[in-house]
Amino acid sequence: MRAMTYRGPYKVRVEEKDRPRIEHPNDAIVRVTLAAICGSDLHLYHGLMPDTRIGHTFGHEFIGVVDEVGSSVESLQVGDRVMVPFNIACGTCFFCARGLISNCHNVNPNATAVGGIYGYSHTTGGYDGGQAEYVRVPFADVGPSVIPEGISDENALMMTDALSTGYFGAQLGGTREGDTVVVFGAGPVGLYAARSSWLMGAGRVIVVDYLDYRLQKAREFAYAETVDFGAVDDIVLHLKRMTDHLGADVVIDAVGAEADGNLAQHITSAKFKLQGGSPVALNWAIDSVRKGGTVSVMGAYGPLFSAVKFGDALNKGLTLRMNQAPVKRQWPRLFEHIRSGALDPSAIITHRIPLEHIAEAYHVFSSKLDDCIKTVIVPESAAWTAA
Amino acid sequence: MPYSAENRSRVTDTAELRRRIPGWGADLDPADRPAVPREQADPERWGAHWDAPEQQPWNHEEPRERSIEHGQLTPVFGTAQPLHGVSGAIRRYAYDRFSEARAAHWLLLVLGDRADALGAHLRSLLTLRPDNPVTETGVLAEFGYGGVRSRRGRGRVDLAHVWLDPILVAGPFVLGGVLVFRAVRRGRRT
Repeated sequence: MRAMTYRGPYKVRVEEKDRPRIEHPNDAIVRVTLAAICGSDLHLYHGLMPDTRIGHTFGHEFIGVVDEVGSSVESLQVGDRVMVPFNIACGTCFFCARGLISNCHNVNPNATAVGGIYGYSHTTGGYDGGQAEYVRVPFADVGPSVIPEGISDENALMMTDALSTGYFGAQLGGTREGDTVVVFGAGPVGLYAARSSWLMGAGRVIVVDYLDYRLQKAREFAYAETVDFGAVDDIVLHLKRMTDHLGADVVIDAVGAEADGNLAQHITSAKFKLQGGSPVALNWAIDSVRKGGTVSVMGAYGPLFSAVKFGDALNKGLTLRMNQAPVKRQWPRLFEHIRSGALDPSAIITHRIPLEHIAEAYHVFSSKLDDCIKTVIVPESAAWTAA
Repeated sequence: MPYSAENRSRVTDTAELRRRIPGWGADLDPADRPAVPREQADPERWGAHWDAPEQQPWNHEEPRERSIEHGQLTPVFGTAQPLHGVSGAIRRYAYDRFSEARAAHWLLLVLGDRADALGAHLRSLLTLRPDNPVTETGVLAEFGYGGVRSRRGRGRVDLAHVWLDPILVAGPFVLGGVLVFRAVRRGRRT
């Protein structure tokens, strides 16, 4: 089969690989029809995530058709159109039993501090991902769902991570009616978090980024006020002035490990990998939220330490909330929001690129070329089937 | 004016928001939010039909590496790229010797990544498809996707460090070439 493969920092290509096989009775093999590149894939692409092995296939956002099932699979049949959450989960361990299905303890031998994720290095379990023609899906009775009627393929694809994560991030903010919510980052997760904050009853939503076209999208798609932090001298001071010098009630970090805005932080983390991530956006969040407010962290960070301003968080009495989104837990309510028209997730997709052009797709997304916000990858076999 | 109990920047009249923004307030009641309550003891709803999952078979002669913070190998695990060679030895040492709490664990894994990349590049030179920094970095997309148009006059703060990327990508190749050249020249002199 054709599959994206990692060849070292900043280098990927498409190779011929063996089709995955059933390795556990509850495995399924899914033929991928659409995949996406996530902002967090760029951390792998840039060599930031420890134990990212040469030959690894990235991709934790994908949908497809069930091609084969293991002997114990009960809920899926060959031919089913399925959406697959990025979390791999057993459904019965201590954490899954408490709803923490993004923190499953039975799927990742390589680390206890993170669950299992498709195509996200061996630090998250060593599973090849969905930027390929086929993918192995463990615990097929727990993770995937048949795509319901009325949900388009591209909307289902956005629900496998980005939309669910943004919506989850808005919930962790604990927004109450009339609250002011600041979202750092106008990428897919930030745009979805901003839009979702209105569902929670926000009174103001302010999105911060430096890319003009993404800020425009934040105004149009997420109905948000916007601030270009590159155009103001001090973004925290600017936000304080916008919020009666008190700070926002809720701040969502939708940037994560490769934040810009402080050259020293960016270079020591994103370039030289001496931190688990550049905490610029997180520190801005801590400093721009009001005392007693909540910071919701959806941006991805690596396992090494980062220089975070914990003193300010303590002295301000902040609530810091974060997790990998338990994706499937969000779906029933998100289906309702999409059907009612409250959310239209595929509106942020800007690029649809064949799998064979994966290197260009990564470069365009990584370098923010051509006003790129969200890139969908189409395997050749899927395009052929659709035609 | 001293600070009061009010926040004058807050929006208090939400009727206009409800009119203008699709779905405004649909999840105002926390009971409608799927993340609430934080922990829900309801294992049956995830679809599992086992008390404990079966163990995925593995090769006992080459034990699957695992974090020493785990009590045993997890019942399911990835088999995508097994450990091999020098990078495999570095990674196995990181897993066997240090817990996830130790910086050495992660820094050794990063070192293993770089050794893996170097070895893969060198091995690729012996194949019909050697690594090609031009095609594999996707840099040709600069022409088809508006590399100049996307950057010039857009006020992008990331341009402050863009110059570093080519050095990070090409630097190891250039450095390796220089070292090989010097070694060969020194060998000829002696």
